Amino acid sequence: MAQMTMIQAITDALRTELRNDPNVLVFGEDVGVNGGVFRATEGLQSEFGEDRVFDTPLAESGIGGLAIGLALQGYRPVPEIQFFGFIFEVMDSVAGQMARMRYRSGGRYSSPVTIRSPFGGGVHTPEMHADSLEGMVAQQPGLKIVIPSTPYDAKGLLISSIRDNDPVIFLEHMKLYRSFRQEVPEEEYTIPLGKADVKREGKDLSIITYGAMVHESLKAAEELEKEGHSVEVIDLRTIMPLDIETIIASVEKTGRAIVVQEAQKQSGIAAHVVAEINDRAILSLEAPVLRVAAPDTVFAFSQAETVWLPNYKDVIETAKKVLTF
Amino acid sequence: MASKTKNNTFDAVKQLENVESQFEMFQILNEEGEVVNEAAMPELSDEQLQELMKRMVYTRILDQRSISLNRQGRLGFYAPTAGQEASQLASQFALEKEDFILPGYRDVPQMIWHGLPLAQAFLFSRGHFKGNQIPEGVNVISPQIIIGAQYIQAAGVALGMKKRGAKSVAVTYTGDGGASQGDFYEGINFAGAYKAPAIFFVQNNRFAISTPVEKQSAAKTIAQKAVAAGIPGIQVDGMDPLAVYAATLDARKRAINGEGPTLIETMTYRYGPHTMAGDDPTRYRTADLDNEWEKKDPLVRFRKFLEKKNLWNEEMENETIEKAKEDIKEAIKEADNTPKQKVTDLISIMYEEMPNHLQEQYEIYKEKESK
Repeated sequence: MAQMTMIQAITDALRTELRNDPNVLVFGEDVGVNGGVFRATEGLQSEFGEDRVFDTPLAESGIGGLAIGLALQGYRPVPEIQFFGFIFEVMDSVAGQMARMRYRSGGRYSSPVTIRSPFGGGVHTPEMHADSLEGMVAQQPGLKIVIPSTPYDAKGLLISSIRDNDPVIFLEHMKLYRSFRQEVPEEEYTIPLGKADVKREGKDLSIITYGAMVHESLKAAEELEKEGHSVEVIDLRTIMPLDIETIIASVEKTGRAIVVQEAQKQSGIAAHVVAEINDRAILSLEAPVLRVAAPDTVFAFSQAETVWLPNYKDVIETAKKVLTF
Repeated sequence: MASKTKNNTFDAVKQLENVESQFEMFQILNEEGEVVNEAAMPELSDEQLQELMKRMVYTRILDQRSISLNRQGRLGFYAPTAGQEASQLASQFALEKEDFILPGYRDVPQMIWHGLPLAQAFLFSRGHFKGNQIPEGVNVISPQIIIGAQYIQAAGVALGMKKRGAKSVAVTYTGDGGASQGDFYEGINFAGAYKAPAIFFVQNNRFAISTPVEKQSAAKTIAQKAVAAGIPGIQVDGMDPLAVYAATLDARKRAINGEGPTLIETMTYRYGPHTMAGDDPTRYRTADLDNEWEKKDPLVRFRKFLEKKNLWNEEMENETIEKAKEDIKEAIKEADNTPKQKVTDLISIMYEEMPNHLQEQYEIYKEKESK
């Protein structure tokens, strides 16, 4: 075991898979000699060579096409989109092409591609760097969307994502890259995609969340505990497909739930989670399922992040509304 | 008051003219079937020349029958190909089996001659997933509907071949309108930066639906867009099978020798509408223009060329026509006999392992389908 930050765990997962499978290719803008703008691919080119880890021209759409074409030749591409706000440039390759490859060819071809991309607020980035756009890709049949919140999850989920024979969008929250260390096994291990993780057990309220909001929710849960509320925190880890079983089991136990996301209320995945709970566990509910989300404006100018981004206080406030409904 | 400008040492207009002058149209056979460029004549045996003619005649018949079958409601989406036989088939004729074709939606003929069974081409037209289940060993992917996407994907396929050390090429096609897309530029630029073995075709039939090529760009040729990627570009008479073949063969040779990609613009024409979905070319094309291009018909000039060499006659032509009609009849029958699609089929081909939500929907539809 080693103490790792999330970014180190990601590098470790990439190194593991580059070693395991000669078809794994890592490419993107400045991921080679530079080691990535966040050092996620640090040292990989010098270890595995320019044939396996390489830079591309500055064109996201071309990177998407490159991944699809390399996959058609039997490779296992792990491209990087420097910031997920730039996904709009490559939306056709992602949603219009690789997500549909297996279906449109009746199973003849597939796109075993893992797109890595940083996102998330709280670090005062310039425009179009921090936007939470996971809801947009979660609506595209054929994709899987993974969002880890801890170094341990990041490594196991990234290895699983790379080994998956269908396209996976692996979103890395910038604020979580180096915010804390955790024990991460040095050997390889996997975490199944589509499986949530109960980060904290409780019996009065379920908080269903993902990304940086996992930590805000855990902090809120601690505060609520002091006031005598026992709160369960479920980290979705994969937002598409959802782990319905874990969500419903928790709600049936607690009878109350909130869904917490960093994305705007009209975006993200929270509405989908609420709908699934309403469909499947309405008879267990003591109160409506409420959401914590950002306001429905464009992502905040960086100085306004602190007042705009949801945080543990918003979680506490909404939790109390549901607890006292 | 006009101010007197200094003599400029840089003449921008001259610069443009210099560039344009480098993209003169490459031609071997003129409209009369006469060889006008003996030095560039590709080495083709008599049998190969006859085979190429057969394919062109066959494909002209396929187009006529497809239009008719579409009108009867026995085919669905169809983009006519008549006029583009030299551009489509002579380029495919220069390829090897291991080469990978990424076609646009009008490029079904190249797929068929690369090994796609005709019945599957018809199923593609009708909208059936089995049409796209390309047989193993046939290196094509189903026709691309998103104009330009095939270009960036071709760069990836070509890079994959290069990494594997394969002596093969990725070949892709778009139209004159497609050369305005971002993915067009990114595709040729990526292939150039990686020196990847790709051949990019632009079949310039002068119209993108109703929009003439002059409204796509002020560039005098599309071939010169290769300059932006730093790769060779060539404009070819797309109604001349020998010129298209020679240009493709040359691009292929340079690609497999590790010299990178080529952009080939074929000057061609579609005699029919854009697609069979209600497009009426008389709204945007004059009869004069149609007549002018009918004189350039690739079948006419190649027929004349072969007849002079005693390699083609009416009997051979009729045999080819009959064979085509027979094959088409059989293929349509086969398509008719293909089982109808079910929702459970569509769910099953989404992922390798069915996620829970699809598993649930699969059971619901299985139940419905059992009633």
